[in-house]
Amino acid sequence: MSEQPLIQVENIKKYFPITGGVFSRTVGHVKAVDDVSFTINKGESLGLVGESGCGKSTIGRTILRILEKTEGTIKFNGVDLHSLSKEEMRRFRTKLQIVFQDPFSSLNPRLKVGYAIGEALMDHGVKDPAEIKKRVLEVMKICGLAEYQYDRFPHEFSGGQRQRIGIARALIMNPEFIVLDEPVSALDVSIQAQIVNLLSDLQRDKQLTYLFISHDLSVVQHLCNRVGVMYLGSLVELASKEALFENPLHPYTKALMSAIPIPDPTLKKERIVLQGDIPSPANPPQGCKFHTRCPMATDICKQQKPEFRNVGDNHFVACHLV
Amino acid sequence: MAKEIVEFRNLETHFDTPAGTLKAVNDVSFKIREGETICIVGESGCGKSVTAMSLMGLIETPPGKIVGGEILFEGQDLLKLSKRQMSKIRGKDISIIFQEPMSSLNPVLTIGEQISEPLMKHLLLDRKEAKKRAIELITMVGIPRPEKIFDSYPHELSGGMRQRIMIAIALSCDPKLLIADEPTTALDVTIQAQILDLMRNIKKTHNTAIMLITHDLGVVAEMADYVVVMYAGKVIEEAPVMELFKNPKHPYTKGLLKAKPILNQTQERLYSIPGQVPNPVDLEDNCHFSDRCESCMAICKEKPPVLKEYGEEHKAACWLYEKVGEAR
Repeated sequence: MSEQPLIQVENIKKYFPITGGVFSRTVGHVKAVDDVSFTINKGESLGLVGESGCGKSTIGRTILRILEKTEGTIKFNGVDLHSLSKEEMRRFRTKLQIVFQDPFSSLNPRLKVGYAIGEALMDHGVKDPAEIKKRVLEVMKICGLAEYQYDRFPHEFSGGQRQRIGIARALIMNPEFIVLDEPVSALDVSIQAQIVNLLSDLQRDKQLTYLFISHDLSVVQHLCNRVGVMYLGSLVELASKEALFENPLHPYTKALMSAIPIPDPTLKKERIVLQGDIPSPANPPQGCKFHTRCPMATDICKQQKPEFRNVGDNHFVACHLV
Repeated sequence: MAKEIVEFRNLETHFDTPAGTLKAVNDVSFKIREGETICIVGESGCGKSVTAMSLMGLIETPPGKIVGGEILFEGQDLLKLSKRQMSKIRGKDISIIFQEPMSSLNPVLTIGEQISEPLMKHLLLDRKEAKKRAIELITMVGIPRPEKIFDSYPHELSGGMRQRIMIAIALSCDPKLLIADEPTTALDVTIQAQILDLMRNIKKTHNTAIMLITHDLGVVAEMADYVVVMYAGKVIEEAPVMELFKNPKHPYTKGLLKAKPILNQTQERLYSIPGQVPNPVDLEDNCHFSDRCESCMAICKEKPPVLKEYGEEHKAACWLYEKVGEAR
């Protein structure tokens, strides 16, 4: 792992307009991602965790320009991705790939798997069918799929195998960076372990850089070097895996960790149960966004937005009380 | 020991599919005792939900059919009851909550109407009494402003609140058994913690037995008194929760416990069970786990192992614990 940044995200904002009335005028914005900055170094995997609606998937998609940003810059190897033309971006996409949560809905049910995996090669100028097939079979083998499955349709595969197909599709162009958007959340435990192991093997062998989006802290801890915790569109804490799990600073991170059920019945731990629900991102609370559910909130939290600052050793946190 | 309220005896629920007969529940027997939380664990397609649906009498025929066995509820075989008799028990003595609260609530009825319905049907309350009781129930499941919620529609509530409403409806007639089919799988962890807390309190205050279906071993460890592990339509192991986690016997249970990454217990590489769950249609008559098992022996491929007691209250179905010579 080097200290050279591959992805630089600076003050990125992504707002979705809410329209209303007869003329569909914009009456407000859902602030899905609200001023987030981080970098991912080459060969590193950064985990993004948070609950549904916190904006973690939106960040992944904005980096790949599946969604256009509202404000901010995103650089890949120093190139500002959102300033590229459509055609330049299309060619750039070979280096940036994504794997989705539900492998079934991301595969065309009428395309044979071999074709679905090789499609991108054709789009990017590989003409020779024999060459395409050779490369597809190579990638299928790496992902643990058998050669005879080349001519099968997606419905003939189990969930775990479909996720392998999804990973094979992402790998075929030899990318440098992959966004993994909840890749194991839909899988059973015994299959989940197989896919997590595959992902860590691939990273080691191909020096890939990952942005791993998940709500499951234990999987993130297993796979990532650094972890960012998000709440309502903002990063609340970002640190190395060791620092975050051994010494979580933000009250939300602590609550999130204590909420995870541990498979050990002898353990009787003190749990922080957060009260209430996540506020709507269309109308986030003033001051610190977490103050409505924070067990330690004080007056300053209701009025002033805490700064996301470095508290030493690149451990970033946004909380007045730290 | 507490009284048994439900006993499954050799239950067999099959589904006819174009590819052949799918034995979703294949000779399943276990008991649920009063005031106990029993967790049914297993991966998708192992038959845990179908077992619960068979108990509720909610198996759609065709394609499904309960072809054998008995389900005793307080000594009475539910499978012999008429539809009418069954509907008197369902929602009153036994109630169920599902994974997706939005799809189990009626979107065009207010929350109040939906909570009042079982109260008026089973307890024969009038509208006014039902409303009073419904508001008590909404308060009990920890939702503020119950009067306002009473007149709201499901889409106005968050996922966690909807699941609380489902629990309120399920508890409305003070059931003896609450079946919870993956009640927190669709929820975020912090909301999951709230719902599990609520269920624990209910068990304490109402002495309701809970049959909790889940795939999450963490949830099992927190909630269960007794655990039943299912694989490909069969019970492969059952034991009290402490015993199961301390001393798992079946290789599948061992594998499941090892495969789950645990917070703050990092390991270089996750243990993974090789292969995948077998196709449930037309399974052979052997140990269904034998293809994935590291300790597979010749006999595992030939005969199905029988669920037997090894040690106190600990049952497993595995040839490893049987002296092969004695095998029946």
